[in-house]
Amino acid sequence: MPLDNVVFWVFAPIAIAAAIGMLVTRSVVYAALFLVVNFGCIAVMYLVLDAAFLFAVQIIVYAGAIMVLFLFVIMLLGVDRIEVRSERLWLQRPIAIVLAIGFALEVGAAVRAGVGLSTHAPDGFDLLQPAGNTQAVAEVLFRNYFFPFEATSILLIVAAIAAMVLAQRKVRAVTQAELGAELEDEPEDVETEIEVTP
Amino acid sequence: MRTPIAYFLLLGGILFSLGTVGVLVNRNALRIFMSVELQLNAVNLTLVSFARLHNDVGGQVLAFFSMVVAAAEVVVGLAIIVSIYRRRRTIDVDAAREMRW
Repeated sequence: MPLDNVVFWVFAPIAIAAAIGMLVTRSVVYAALFLVVNFGCIAVMYLVLDAAFLFAVQIIVYAGAIMVLFLFVIMLLGVDRIEVRSERLWLQRPIAIVLAIGFALEVGAAVRAGVGLSTHAPDGFDLLQPAGNTQAVAEVLFRNYFFPFEATSILLIVAAIAAMVLAQRKVRAVTQAELGAELEDEPEDVETEIEVTP
Repeated sequence: MRTPIAYFLLLGGILFSLGTVGVLVNRNALRIFMSVELQLNAVNLTLVSFARLHNDVGGQVLAFFSMVVAAAEVVVGLAIIVSIYRRRRTIDVDAAREMRW
């Protein structure tokens, strides 16, 4: 049994089990941690598929940055507070599961018709990239897709500024007269409301 | 590589379906968001599999772009969730109903 077969059959069930665990667990923190496991398994799949650069990017961006952001938001909002009380939609659950099984079967049929269930990837992928996967990706990225690559940098800056604008507390410049008026009808702001209650 | 490429595609399809279930069943905005991440990852896996099948690095570049967009999307989405939580003390997606018809 070749090595990549072993790796696939070890990590594919873990990926699916982690995805199911993310769906069924009660705690949001556990769901995030299951998602980290799933991302790690997908990263290993990238390694099997000769995409070493994406393996590193997957670990750094997804398992690192994005999941830290998720856990940070969970921590910021408070774990016990963000559990929605009527968590699941009862009528929707069986319908969703039936539709998802149907979709998975459809994907299976499409893969069978389009690719074939026993088609092997052709050899020689490593011959295309004599200096390694990272350099091959870089050549395609900077030769053919240079403009989209630059556009993503603008996208990231816009996203970062948007996040700061959206998540910032409303801080208004208040004049002295407004300050006097504001002291009377303070409970506008939710944050001060909490401090007032005890 | 002796593993048939279809197995990777099927794994991507199964993970995408599980993510779809998560989006449809949950009401918690953070959980819905995590399920969307699962779907994005499944599609990335499919892209990389096709890149391997056709011996073309372009698919990996597309998956890379998709990761960048996903990162930007997570940043904005989580900021929106935080600001909704600040405003109404819940992240139940049913609670934010102003923009519904």
